[in-house]
Amino acid sequence: MTDALFIDVEVDASVAQDRELAAKLTEVCPVDIFAQSDDGALEIVQENLDECVLCELCINAAPPGTVKVIKLYSGETLPAGAAVAGG
Amino acid sequence: MRFFEYESRAIVAKAGIPITKQGFAKTPEEARRIAEQIGGPVVIKSQVLSGGRMKAGGVKFADTPDEAAGHAERILELEIGGHMPRGVLVDDRADVKHEYYAGVVWDGIRKLPVILFSDMGGIDIEEVAENHPDHVARAHFSTLRPFSDWQAKQLISSLGVTGSALNRLTPILARLARLFLSYDMTLAEINPLGELTDGAFVALDAHMDMENEARPRQKELLHELGVGDEETRQAREPTPFELAGEQVDAMDHRGVAGNVTEFDGNLGLVIGAGGGSLTLFDAVRAQGGKPANYCEIGGNPSVRKACGLAKLVLQKPGVERIAVMMSIVSNTRVDIVARGVIKACVELGHDPAEKIAIFRIPGAWEEEGFKILERYGIEYADRSVSLHEAARRAVEKIQGGNGAGAEGDQFRQTTAEIGSETDV
Ligand code: SF4
Repeated sequence: MTDALFIDVEVDASVAQDRELAAKLTEVCPVDIFAQSDDGALEIVQENLDECVLCELCINAAPPGTVKVIKLYSGETLPAGAAVAGG
Repeated sequence: MRFFEYESRAIVAKAGIPITKQGFAKTPEEARRIAEQIGGPVVIKSQVLSGGRMKAGGVKFADTPDEAAGHAERILELEIGGHMPRGVLVDDRADVKHEYYAGVVWDGIRKLPVILFSDMGGIDIEEVAENHPDHVARAHFSTLRPFSDWQAKQLISSLGVTGSALNRLTPILARLARLFLSYDMTLAEINPLGELTDGAFVALDAHMDMENEARPRQKELLHELGVGDEETRQAREPTPFELAGEQVDAMDHRGVAGNVTEFDGNLGLVIGAGGGSLTLFDAVRAQGGKPANYCEIGGNPSVRKACGLAKLVLQKPGVERIAVMMSIVSNTRVDIVARGVIKACVELGHDPAEKIAIFRIPGAWEEEGFKILERYGIEYADRSVSLHEAARRAVEKIQGGNGAGAEGDQFRQTTAEIGSETDV
């Protein structure tokens, strides 16, 4: 569940547990939406979610279909057409 | 950024322009000591960043050190134009034969400095220009090419000054022009520039104004003068609201969202983009609106910063609604600003549709921005709606449709009083 008003990000568990991919996502996001916990797992920085600039760098850095950016104000997702978990 | 006279004189002296024997005193005792060192009649001048010192009794003549100390005591307690003096300047009362004027000012229209010289000094140059235009010579000069003595000489001689006076004035004027460029001044004025009975020339008073944005690169000069980073040198002290605006802008490095100036109206403004702030502020007033503030937003600030600015404005006592307006943006993103201002409303427990009178920011990422605004039911306008029409709609909303065209009677301040804007 997110406190953000405009943006949510969904990451597949396989990516979240992969230290290398977690590091890559942390590096590419220009507004620090991703971080790594001490054990290297991926964390979503909730208070930064609304800063998302919809650049899709995270989507391109991970295997297809494993990262989704959801625009809460319109229901659209990035990449376009991706299904949102649970609806 | 304005300098006190004693600082301006120090700048002038640093540039190699002769000044009278003088010293800055903070106590009557110091004033006495300086007068003793000068050893003759002196002038005691209040050091305030305000005009009308002479009329207010802030300038007195003294023949002895005791008299100098007495005048200093009274002047140090004299408020002028709402300001207490920082100290007094104890200045040698020079034997002046003739007074000239020399000045350099930034011409915002030509985007070049203009150098002015007059053989009628000691009075306002505007007055001389109006009543005796043939006694004022002026010329624009390049900020790229070095200013030559020849340019100064040509200007001075155009008023018929010849001989020794011309030769002595030439380096003074040339140094003033170079000083203007090297210290990023917007105004560098010596008035009067006195010709003494022995034929020497000295700066009897000086007025310097430096571009505020140049402060970081003029650190050395400011340090030499003892001007600290915390000294804003504005015409008045910043209000808590304005200081809070600085904090918002300092939140992160992205873009600009701050530079707020406080007014006492009911329509909060979140405005900006390439001079748009000044235009929009004036547009709101022209429509009879009462702005609660001036501000600048641009350069693609973060959502957090846009939110911080909007929250600050929304929380200002008396603010009923805010108008979010900019000229067409290219690097600032419409959707990011929309998120920021909506977030501010929501986090403060307001309905964004109710609190945002109008959102008129066309440009980069506007389609995405409009989706957000629609989702929250906020009235928005694209580039087909002019800034003035957007301002009219905002004013109409806040006044229940009765205000358009009325003069904002409590709002006599103009954008000129707000000061120069750094376009973003
Ligand atoms: S789309 Fe860009 S800004 Fe948004 S989460 Fe992905 S990398 Fe970060």
